[in-house]
Amino acid sequence: IFCMVGLRPWGGEVWDSGEAEVQSGAGSGTGCQWHLPRLSTGTSSGLVLVFDIPSKGTNITLSEVLQEHRDSITDIASEDGAADLVTADDSGALCVWRSKDEFSLLTKISAFGWTCSSVKLWNGVIAAGYGNGQIRLYEATSGALRATVSAHARWIYALDVAPLTGKLLSGAEDSYVQIWKLSRSPDTGDIEIEHCYSECVTDTQLCGARFCDPEGNSFAATGYDLSEIVRYGQV
Amino acid sequence: MSARTLPLLFLNLGGEMLYILDQRLRAQSIPGEKARKVMNDIITTMFNKKFMEELFKPQELYSKKALRTVYDRLAHASIMRLNQASMDKLYDLMTMAFKYQVLLCPRPKDILLVTFNHLDAIKDFIRDSPNILNQVDETFRQLIDMYSCLSAGEFQLIRQTLLIFFQDMHIRVSIFLKDKVQNSNGRFVLPISGPVPWGTEVPGLIRMFNCNGDEVKRVEFTNGGNYISPQREGSFDLYGDRVLKLGTNMYSVSRPVETHMSGASKSLASHTKENAAPNPLAKEELNFLARLMGGLEIKKPNGSEPGFRLNLFTTDEEEEHAALTRPEELSYKVINIQATQDQQQNEELARIMGEFEVTDQPRQSTSKGDDLLAMMDEL
Repeated sequence: IFCMVGLRPWGGEVWDSGEAEVQSGAGSGTGCQWHLPRLSTGTSSGLVLVFDIPSKGTNITLSEVLQEHRDSITDIASEDGAADLVTADDSGALCVWRSKDEFSLLTKISAFGWTCSSVKLWNGVIAAGYGNGQIRLYEATSGALRATVSAHARWIYALDVAPLTGKLLSGAEDSYVQIWKLSRSPDTGDIEIEHCYSECVTDTQLCGARFCDPEGNSFAATGYDLSEIVRYGQV
Repeated sequence: MSARTLPLLFLNLGGEMLYILDQRLRAQSIPGEKARKVMNDIITTMFNKKFMEELFKPQELYSKKALRTVYDRLAHASIMRLNQASMDKLYDLMTMAFKYQVLLCPRPKDILLVTFNHLDAIKDFIRDSPNILNQVDETFRQLIDMYSCLSAGEFQLIRQTLLIFFQDMHIRVSIFLKDKVQNSNGRFVLPISGPVPWGTEVPGLIRMFNCNGDEVKRVEFTNGGNYISPQREGSFDLYGDRVLKLGTNMYSVSRPVETHMSGASKSLASHTKENAAPNPLAKEELNFLARLMGGLEIKKPNGSEPGFRLNLFTTDEEEEHAALTRPEELSYKVINIQATQDQQQNEELARIMGEFEVTDQPRQSTSKGDDLLAMMDEL
């Protein structure tokens, strides 16, 4: 039995960890991703556990253990495509996985000295947020660095992607939420990112932020010592 | 949560306590000899080898109540006495100051620089006593050994553990309100200008690369803040310029420190619940306290050195008034223990809980060291 942090709902179903018995003996998990019919969760030892979710019933079983990271897992992202899963760790290293029947390592992205606190996958683009306030974009299939953004003055805690538009949101301890737009140039295939909007949640070190709709027209954020979730919408 | 947090919590809170005591000793015009004796006694007790050994063991943080008990004992390690109201105020100031420092740390690793600032100041307090100085240096070296090679992620976990410990504490401190680092609602001001942390770039630049790794585009944007590059990194050695000001002494005789109780109660709903519910960790906390305090060798005042009472307020009347008007939910009551099945144990506990006071004569205990609770009784 382990502790799951950061559950994400998929297709209207919400995973309630109290309902099912999980057969595993791993340490505390950080980072969890639902990609039916499987669920993967990271651990503080660096292992990524992949579970099979049955279509009926509550008997979840451990199907694979991905052993590549040597530091605590911080976040996991998934998408259907050539690259299916990205895992990030405390040292700042990222692993990109492809899954057919089993997961295989596609590529590994080295750390550069700062924790990768948050990672998202969209359209074959990896967006990673780091503890030094930087956002980096990578090509998922090759792991090549495609953009660096000096986005925040403090530790980035949250990244989110609006899948229908490619809008990216970053929230950090500098009290800012920044909204960006990801795109791919049709001619060159180059990945591009532009800055759209800044919002300061006064005197709040943000620890969570997400879009509230798949187009990215509204978002919500919360932070340390705050008992509220603040919601913003486009007018 | 990180099991390496307690040493940092204890040393930094201890440092703040010493700053405040030093200021009050001078404000109350306590003779130099006595003041120095008090500071030396407390620092000697704090850095006691056995105590430090217990402290540095990997362990969870315990409740505010348990920790408060340790500082109660520390503050009474010499010829100085503090009334309940003054002790409450002292603890409020210590915790809010350190909460502020943890919150505003530019990098998670800077929490170590804050600790070193406190230790540097402590060494200055006892610069004329080489024996105690050695003890402090020894602890300094232990800190460097244990923390220097931790990653940013591990430091952030320590920082988060500390922030959770301080969560929902919004006591307003007048020196913070005056300096505009705290709002009237008790929350700290987070600056959006100034130097960025060491290792962070000033926000505002996007660089894009092609598949060969060549930079093909560079775009600037406004991030909203007003940041500049940092000048230099602080030193993590035994001696050196820490650069960071957090953790240095912000008190002086001319700036008396007050806290405001009113208006803080609204945000303490969760705190109230914690006080009312029976504490299931009570026994564990007692064991922890017993272990820690087993290492605290408290010197009892001998006949030739008369004690004195320190007041954290400007007058005795103020102190009395503060004691009467302190909101219920902010009282640092010692651990509440439900009736246990063991009637005898419960009586023992109840007696100990009610008697955390300095007595003139040390109480005699029959089984020295055997029974943890009896060990507490001795102190």
